[in-house]
Amino acid sequence: MFNYYLELALRSLKRSPGLTALMVLAIGFGVAASMTTWSVFRAVSGDPIPWKSSKLFVPQIDMWGPKGRGPNKTDNEPPDALDYTDAMALMRAHRGKLQSAMYQISPSVVPADAGKHPINVSGHAVYSEFFPMLDVPFLYGNGWSADDDTQRAAVAVISGKLNDKLFGGANSVGRTVSIEGKDYRVVGVLGNWNPQPRFYDVVNTGGFSTGVEDVFIPFERAIAMGIPNDGNTNCSETPAESGFVGLQRSSCIWIAYMVQLDDAAAVSAYRSWLDGYAKEQQTAGRFSWAPNNRLRDVPAFLDHEQVVPSDTKVSLLVALGLLIVCLVNTAGLLLAKFLRRSSEIGVRRALGAPRMAIYAQFLTEAGMIGLAGGVLGLLLTGVGVASVSWVLPKDIAALARLDFSLLALTLLVAVVATTLAGLYPTFRASRVQPAWQLKSN
Amino acid sequence: MTLHPMIAALRRHKAGVVLIALQIALTLAIVCNAVFIIGQRVERVNRPTGLDESNLFLVSQQWVGAPSGDDPASVEKLDSLQQADLAALRSLPDVASVTPINSLPLLNSSWNGAVDLKPGTTGQGSFNGTRTTYYFSDEQALSTLGLHLVAGRNFTVADVQHRGFRDQGEPSLVILTKALGDKLFPKGDALGKVIFLNGATTPTTIIGMVERMQVPGTGSWTNSFVWNATLVPTRLDANFARYAIRAKPGRLDAAMHAVTPTLYAANPLRVLDDDSVKSFAQIRAEAYRADVGMAILMGVVCLILLAVTAAGIVGLTSFWVGQRHRQIGVRRALGARKIDILHYFQIENLVIASVGAVIGLMLAIGLNVLLMQSFEMERLPVAYVLAGIVMVLALGQGAVFVPARRASNVPPVVATRAA
Repeated sequence: MFNYYLELALRSLKRSPGLTALMVLAIGFGVAASMTTWSVFRAVSGDPIPWKSSKLFVPQIDMWGPKGRGPNKTDNEPPDALDYTDAMALMRAHRGKLQSAMYQISPSVVPADAGKHPINVSGHAVYSEFFPMLDVPFLYGNGWSADDDTQRAAVAVISGKLNDKLFGGANSVGRTVSIEGKDYRVVGVLGNWNPQPRFYDVVNTGGFSTGVEDVFIPFERAIAMGIPNDGNTNCSETPAESGFVGLQRSSCIWIAYMVQLDDAAAVSAYRSWLDGYAKEQQTAGRFSWAPNNRLRDVPAFLDHEQVVPSDTKVSLLVALGLLIVCLVNTAGLLLAKFLRRSSEIGVRRALGAPRMAIYAQFLTEAGMIGLAGGVLGLLLTGVGVASVSWVLPKDIAALARLDFSLLALTLLVAVVATTLAGLYPTFRASRVQPAWQLKSN
Repeated sequence: MTLHPMIAALRRHKAGVVLIALQIALTLAIVCNAVFIIGQRVERVNRPTGLDESNLFLVSQQWVGAPSGDDPASVEKLDSLQQADLAALRSLPDVASVTPINSLPLLNSSWNGAVDLKPGTTGQGSFNGTRTTYYFSDEQALSTLGLHLVAGRNFTVADVQHRGFRDQGEPSLVILTKALGDKLFPKGDALGKVIFLNGATTPTTIIGMVERMQVPGTGSWTNSFVWNATLVPTRLDANFARYAIRAKPGRLDAAMHAVTPTLYAANPLRVLDDDSVKSFAQIRAEAYRADVGMAILMGVVCLILLAVTAAGIVGLTSFWVGQRHRQIGVRRALGARKIDILHYFQIENLVIASVGAVIGLMLAIGLNVLLMQSFEMERLPVAYVLAGIVMVLALGQGAVFVPARRASNVPPVVATRAA
């Protein structure tokens, strides 16, 4: 029976090629616009570490107090990064399973090859627990040890890309790399690791980045060598002392922090420890306000930092609106098309076809239009995703990808939406009175 | 012609009328807001920075193994490195002038603070007062950037100081933008007045004002102080430096190409990569890429919407014309002229489109309110909605013309034929 309906639908669509083309084009464009913007939205709102994001937390401490928030902030949110004093206190207390303070660096690297000019790389100064905490994949070697942290060892983890550049892609573990004019021993080479958004340091990266993290060195080593922070520095008051050391003694915030807490008990224990710490600071006179801390997991922190650009959301909203208009349009055209065939419906009904048969016939026709629109939509989505790279900012456009699930979703949305749009016209078609149609003709 | 028979006829196919009106309403709502977004972005992108942007480019570079800049001796060492670079760049044949500067408008790397009319209460400043961005530069800033001095004087060589990047201390004189000067001194008499930077206890004198200079940040967080720039006659000494360079007219490419070898010749121990030398046009394109992209995207969506809606009207009207073939013949046989039939369909469309436009007007405002609540959108001006209504009505008339003319060509003889 389904084949018969297919044949009927094909015949009907062929009879009015203009109208059919119109509906297919509308569905195709509507679906493609939605899917293209969806691919961007999906990319920027995705969970960068889905298997672990609910166990990774970002502690926030109110080291500025109500005065530091300025007149425009009405919420009582503490700053979203840490100053040096508090970051070091948290590291010393070591209350999480794994944790790391980190700051963005941008040191120069001098290639061993005498003829080559120095290059600039970006990276982070982190603690040894950074690598196991974030499940960072290694191509060669490993991260450094906790001893290397405390001894401020001159060790480095480099990216596969930098390894290609400096060592031709060979296993460089144990070899030497010159960072800011000092020699560091390579202990690990990263595999392909480029999480987006950069959930471990949203504050300094703004969420998305086209660059690759090329080098990681021990935090305390970087501090001791005076390698300055390359990210944002926010101050509620000017530091009392000059230089990078002055920054470390100030309440300016420039350090990101992440801690792994495996269960609810660990989370609440950490939370109460944070409150206790803030209370201690209050008693000591450093804070003249009550504890005001936050402990958000990665998804909540990403949401708090609004890493998904509002442009992306507005685009998706507008594209969904376009899809709805296309569906309303299709519903109108289908209505016209179906009711034009009232006499045909009358004959079929008079010959004994039940209403369900009329439903099946016309919904099949709507579904076929949806399928054709979906196929066109696939092509246009391909064009759309390819062209976002010259329309959107590079860091975001690079994330939009065409994959199987997007293609499947495109077809599914097209067929389901068109069938839904065909429901009312089909209902009307099924109400056609056979007697009236037969009489009038 | 009275509307009565037409409305009676429309009642016969309610669903089609409702769908077309709904489609027009949604189209109007989305197009109004999308065009408003386009308008806002275009306005943002087209605002002048206050700089003479042609023939201007920026060099960002970093020294390798340079001293920290945390003690006076190393600051002096860094300053001599910078002075050597400046001398080398200024001697290039295609270069008109060079100035060291910490950032440029649209570069999205900024040093922000606040200026106040009162001194700070503690030695340690806080950021009360009017928000501003600082540009640390020297006496050649105005000529290199092409800023227009509207009051007072430029910096002289003797005014220019230098200090470590992370050292504290406020300058004794500054040049402000007119916008900032007028904000601090609404009477317009800012010249020669004394202000306090970042809550400092030491005064700073305003020695000049430039017509206009944008801040480096292009995000919405800078909207409140986008024209509040302060020029400080200080070279900042760090292990990196930026130089703004004005090439001689028409010699931009040549000057940009000459920079890298010149700087390597002066001192090879430095990082200069592909991104180090950028024309201002490049800086502008990167800064506004998201805005231009959003405008293009909204434009494409609008075009598709209008095309789909126009095609929908053509399709549905064609169907109605076909359905009423015989009635049209009867009207023609009873004496209606071709133009009457044409007008009938045109007015019918106008009625439906007007209903759609009224609903669309409300939807447009609703959508705008939604966007204002969730995303930093501004209120949709009435002019956009009115223009939108005129546009959808015109679109309807344009779309209905072909099927309506086909209807008017139905010969009266059709009436005599059996259906």
